[in-house]
Amino acid sequence: MTLRPDLAAIAANIAPGSRVLDIGCGDGALMAELESASGCDARGMELDAALVERCVARGLSVVQGDANSDLADYPDKAFDYAILSQTLQTATRPDLMLDELLRVGRRAFVSFPNFAHWRTRGALMFGGRMPVTRALPVSWYETQNIHHVTVEDFRDLARSKGARIERAWFFSNEKQIGAPAANWRAEFAVFELSR
Amino acid sequence: MQKIPLAARPKLVEGLFFGFRILIMNAAPASPVYRIPQPLPLDSGQMLEAAEIAYCIYGTLAPDKGNAVLVCHALTGDQYLASAHPITGKPGWWERMVGPGKPIDTNRFFVVCANVIGSCMGSSGPASLASDGAPYAMRFPVITIRDMVRGLVALLDGLGIEKLHAVVGGSMGGMQALSLAANWPERAARVLVIASTARHSAQNIAFHEVGRQAIMADPAWAEGDYYTREAKPDNGLAVARMAAHITYLSEAGLTEKFGRRLQDREAKSFGFDADFQVESYLRYQGSGFTRRFDANSYLYITRAMDYFDIAEEHGGKLADAFAGTQARFCIVSFDTDWLYPTAESRHVVHALNAAGAKVSFVELSAPNGHDSFLLEHDQLDRVVEGFLA
Repeated sequence: MTLRPDLAAIAANIAPGSRVLDIGCGDGALMAELESASGCDARGMELDAALVERCVARGLSVVQGDANSDLADYPDKAFDYAILSQTLQTATRPDLMLDELLRVGRRAFVSFPNFAHWRTRGALMFGGRMPVTRALPVSWYETQNIHHVTVEDFRDLARSKGARIERAWFFSNEKQIGAPAANWRAEFAVFELSR
Repeated sequence: MQKIPLAARPKLVEGLFFGFRILIMNAAPASPVYRIPQPLPLDSGQMLEAAEIAYCIYGTLAPDKGNAVLVCHALTGDQYLASAHPITGKPGWWERMVGPGKPIDTNRFFVVCANVIGSCMGSSGPASLASDGAPYAMRFPVITIRDMVRGLVALLDGLGIEKLHAVVGGSMGGMQALSLAANWPERAARVLVIASTARHSAQNIAFHEVGRQAIMADPAWAEGDYYTREAKPDNGLAVARMAAHITYLSEAGLTEKFGRRLQDREAKSFGFDADFQVESYLRYQGSGFTRRFDANSYLYITRAMDYFDIAEEHGGKLADAFAGTQARFCIVSFDTDWLYPTAESRHVVHALNAAGAKVSFVELSAPNGHDSFLLEHDQLDRVVEGFLA
């Protein structure tokens, strides 16, 4: 099975045998990859009961929970890595969720859609309406993305939280691109953080 | 592996293991009984001599004995998990879950279900005869959930099963599964706990006390010494069952099933007959229950559940009960279960996370409250099947 590019980047950069928490693990594709290919001890959290059921059915350890509140269930530094993929922008308080992420994991991976991508900027500037693009396909009134964020916003947030950006990866059209002008060019970004 | 017809299996087991004998009950299908060869130590400090465990088995034990699944029953359940009940003639209590090709697949697993001690379907309980030849009645020692599990572990020893593929239980069965995981962590690779809790809440204890008082207020209870008398405390036991039965359902479920509809009549009777369908239903549940259950067993088992608090057994911290466990856990709750609500399951999940255990948790949506675990639920089937795979 082919992983989504941001998940593939995360999977490729996790040390084998690590303890990993995948928050918003969906159907468990990344967890399954980490367990089978890297011998990781992966745990997941997912809000949707139907997705949790699919994870359990494939032998994964996944807890149905809301990342906004239930990360408090885990002890400090319980994991080598805490992963938050495509979920930060849906959080009630992304700043507090980032704190929790860096509390339960020694390191954290965060991936999100970049609202400052040129298509988004263009749609807003010339269309005058909230963008509906390839990366953000849902209208403003029904999207789960309640806290849109840009690459530069995220760097600022990490800095204000005293988190160090270890590495970053950027994607456009499902392919990895270079870092220059990423805030214009990247549809998606992945950051590895530590504190 | 050679398939053995179900009916022949108890006899085969009898032949295989020393200390087993067949219990003939009301000329019904035989359920084998294991006599625990040594006295069973109890949490109260007492010993239970010559304790017996009645059990049923389904499927075939693999040569390496690695395919055994222990299913633990609830308060008023018994060993007739997937075979007809000898008194009521009704199908086994979890026949929709256990059987060939079912989520707990007896083509693959050797499934064991035993009557807990304290109960009344063949295992040692207050109705059993003490060494003086008279029923124990209230002389039977007060037992705990952990004592029940001690009995189950002794049975596993007797069957030669060192490590279970899984221990599975709903409600009080889930308490036993958790107790086994906490106290005999090497005995089960997987622990599946459905609609259960790690401790009895004040509300849980309160409802049980209502039931016990109903039994003990029945003059026929006679301080528990009714076994040789004509009258049994059936009225008290029926009331206990009626009160408990309400806690197994949801308000929405009751409303949907009965509403305010009247029973076989056009108008209210302005009397105290069962005017409403829900009254008639509860009376039927209560009286049916007295035909298959012993009132003293109800006292003893509800007491065991009320004493249940795994954290208390382990220095007050639930996570410590599961420290170092290698088992995989799956905890399932139902959104309309107000007897053991999701918060209780989350409390267990929290502790398992703190202990670093591999745990899955899912809250399933079902209209029927606590009883949902016994009813048709496709998602539950998939979770059970997937977790045991």
